[in-house]
Amino acid sequence: MTGTQRNLLMFGAMAALIVLTGFTQSWNSALAIINMGLISAVMALGVNIQWGYAGLYNVGTMGFVALGSLAAVLVGLDPVPGAWEAGGLRIFGALAFGALVIALAALIYRRMDRGKTRALAVAALLAGGFILYRFLLDPAVDAVEAINPAVQGNLGGLGLPILLSWPVGALLAAGAGWLIGKTALGLRSDYLAIATLGIAEIVIAVLKNEDWLARGVKNVVDIPRPVPYEVDLRANPDFLSVVQWFGADPVSAAAVAVKLCYAGLFLAVLLLLIWLSEAALHSPWGRMMRAIRDNEVAASAMGKDVTRRHLQVFVLGCAVLGIAGAMLATMESQLTPGAFQPLRFTFLIWVMVVVGGSGNNWGAVLGGMLIWYLWVQVEPWGSSLMSLVTSGMADGSPLKQHLIDSAAHMRLLVMGVILIVVLRFRPAGLIPGK
Amino acid sequence: MDAANALVAFTNYVLLPGATYGAQLALGALGATLIYGIMRFSNFAHGDTMAFGTMATILVTWLLQSIGISFGPLPTALIALPVGIIATATFVLATDRLVYRHYRRNKVPSIILVMVSLGVMFVMNGVVRMIIGVDDRQFADGARFVFTAAQFKTWTGLAEPIALRVSQVISLIAAVVVVAWLYWFLEKTRTGKSMRAFSDNENLALLSGINPERVVAITWILAAALATIAGVLYGLDKSFRPFTYFQLLLPIFAAAVVGGLGNPLGAIAGGFVVAFSEVAVTYSFRKVATYLLPDDWQPDGLLQLLTTDYKVAVSFSVLVLVLLFKPSGLFKGKAA
Repeated sequence: MTGTQRNLLMFGAMAALIVLTGFTQSWNSALAIINMGLISAVMALGVNIQWGYAGLYNVGTMGFVALGSLAAVLVGLDPVPGAWEAGGLRIFGALAFGALVIALAALIYRRMDRGKTRALAVAALLAGGFILYRFLLDPAVDAVEAINPAVQGNLGGLGLPILLSWPVGALLAAGAGWLIGKTALGLRSDYLAIATLGIAEIVIAVLKNEDWLARGVKNVVDIPRPVPYEVDLRANPDFLSVVQWFGADPVSAAAVAVKLCYAGLFLAVLLLLIWLSEAALHSPWGRMMRAIRDNEVAASAMGKDVTRRHLQVFVLGCAVLGIAGAMLATMESQLTPGAFQPLRFTFLIWVMVVVGGSGNNWGAVLGGMLIWYLWVQVEPWGSSLMSLVTSGMADGSPLKQHLIDSAAHMRLLVMGVILIVVLRFRPAGLIPGK
Repeated sequence: MDAANALVAFTNYVLLPGATYGAQLALGALGATLIYGIMRFSNFAHGDTMAFGTMATILVTWLLQSIGISFGPLPTALIALPVGIIATATFVLATDRLVYRHYRRNKVPSIILVMVSLGVMFVMNGVVRMIIGVDDRQFADGARFVFTAAQFKTWTGLAEPIALRVSQVISLIAAVVVVAWLYWFLEKTRTGKSMRAFSDNENLALLSGINPERVVAITWILAAALATIAGVLYGLDKSFRPFTYFQLLLPIFAAAVVGGLGNPLGAIAGGFVVAFSEVAVTYSFRKVATYLLPDDWQPDGLLQLLTTDYKVAVSFSVLVLVLLFKPSGLFKGKAA
C-alpha cells in the first residue's frame, strides 16, 4: 500500500467515525465536531508551521488564539456610542505613550555607555513613564467602563464585517508573536517554551481584567455572524420548502444548515492555508527552512541568518493561530476569556500535532480532527465505562458516586496516554513529515 | 512611631507573605532545576507533581484525622508528609521507568523530553482530578496563629498589626531545613558529589564509574520530595486546587531561569526574587505611605503598581528581563 493510499484510508476512517456519530447521536453534534475539528486543524497547522518546519516549541498557543478571538470583538461589534468621546482616544494615547517610553528606554540603553548612569537613567525613565502612563490611562478607563456597564462598558468594535476579523486576528497574534520571538528566539529551545507559556497567561489576564477592551469576565456574547441565524431561517419560506422536500424537522434542519455554512467557510480557510504553506514549503524558502531545521550549524555556515528565519516562521505560525482564534469567536458568537484553559487550547493542540505527524500539513489536519473527536467522545465513553464498573455497587454509596463523577476527567488521562504512546512507538505521527 | 507603623505594615503585607511564598517557590524551583541539571530538560509536569504529592498528603491527613490522630498545634499534614513523599517518589520513578528511560537511552534532543513531560503532565493532571476532584481543599488544622493581630497590637501598642500564621513559620523553617540538608547532601556525601559530577560532565562521570541510572533515580526522588514539600506548604498556607498548582509552573520556571537553570543556589535566590516582585508590585503601598509622608502629601490613589490579577505578568516580566539581559541567569546556570 502506498503512502497516499494509506493516508486516504485514514481520512476515510476519520470521516466514517464522524458519519457514525451522525447516525448514532445526531447530525447536529456530528457537524459540531466537524466545525470545531476544522478550527482545531487550523490551530494544529499553526503549531505545525512552527514546530514541523523550524523545530520551534510554542506552548503559548492559547494566548495567540485568544488574541484572534479578541479581534472578532474589536472588528465585528458596533462601536459603543459615546465611549470614544468619553475616553477611547485617551486610552489609545496612553498606550501609545507607554510604547514610546519603552522605545525611549531601549534607545537610551543602546546609546549610552554601560555603567551606573545608564542603569539609573533607564530606571528613572521607566518609573516616571509608568506613573504618567497610569495617570493618563486610569481616568479614561473609568470613564469608558462607566458607560452602560450592565451590557457595555467597553469601547466596542469598528462595526465592520466579521469576516474581516480573521485577517485582523492574524495580524494581532503575529504582532504578539514578533515581540515574544524577538526576546526568546536565539536562546535555548526551552526558554521559548517558558516565555510563550507566560505570554499566553498574560494575554488571558489582560482579556479577563481590561473591561474597557472586551468586557473582561463579563464576556461579549453578541458578536455578529457571517451566516444566517436559525430563527430567520425558520421564518424563511424558501428554506422551509426545501426542508419540506427533504421531509426534515425545520428546527434541527435550521441548526444543521447554519453549521454547514460555517463548515464551508472553515474548510475554505483551511484549504487556502494548506495550499499557501505547501507552496511555501516547496519554494526555495521552504528548502532553506528545512535545511535550518535539520542542521542549524550547517545552515548558518552557509550564510543563512537562522534567528531571523526562526522569527519569520514563528510569526507566521502565530498568525495562523490568530486566524483560528477569530474563527472560533465567530462560530461561538462570543468571547469568554474564562473559557481559555491551557490544557484545552495549548496542550491539546500539541497532542494533535504530534499524533497527526510533525512537519506534515495533512497530518496536522488529521490529528486535529481525530483528537478533537476523541476529546468530545471520551467523556461519554468514560461515563458509560464507569457506570458499567459501578453497576454492581449499591446505589448511593459514596465510592460509586465518586467514580461516576471522576469520569469527566478521564479525557485528560486518555490524552496524556495517547501522547506518550505516540511519542514512544510512532514518533513521526500518523502521517509522517518529509 | 509613624516609621514603626510603616515598617510593621510593610512586614505584615509584603515581607512575611513574600518570604513565605518565596520559600515555597524556592523549593519548587529546586526540584525543577535539579531535574534540569541532571537530565537537561524542563519538566512541564513539575506543577502536577506538586499537585500529586499534595493530594497524596491530603488523603493520608484525612485518614489520620478520621482515626483521631493529630499533631497538637501543628497541622496533621506534617505527619502525613513522609507518606505523601513516598507515594509521589514511587509514581515519579514509575514514570521514569515506563516513559523517560527509553528516551534517555536513545539520547534524544531535550525538546523531545519536554514534549514527553507534557504527556506525563496530562496523565498526572487527570489522575489528580479523578482522585480528589477539582474543588478547593483546605486541609490545614491545628493552631492558626503563632500570635494574632490583636495580640500584637496589645503587646506593642502600635496602630498597625502583624499576624504571624503557623503556616508561614512552618514554610520558612521547612525551607531552611530542607535547603541546608540538600546543600549538605550535594556537597558532602558521595552520592551528592556524583550527582554534581554527572551534571557538570556526563561523559567524564560515566568514565569514572558513576552509575547514571542511580543518579537519575536519586534526582527523581529528590525532585518528588521537594515538589511534595513545596506543594503541601503552599496548600497549608493558601489552599489546594489542582488548577492553581498547574499554574504555579510559570513562577517556578521563572524562578529557576532567573537563578540559572540547573543551579540549586540560583533556584533559591530566584524563588525569592520572583515572590518578592510579585507581592511588592501588586501590593497597595498607600498604608505605608500614609505613615511616612507628611499630611499634605497624602496620596489619593492606592499606590499599587498593578492589580493582583496581573501577578502572572510579574513573574513573566522578571523572566523576560533576565532572558534579555542575562540569559544564563543571575547565578551561572547550565544553559547557554
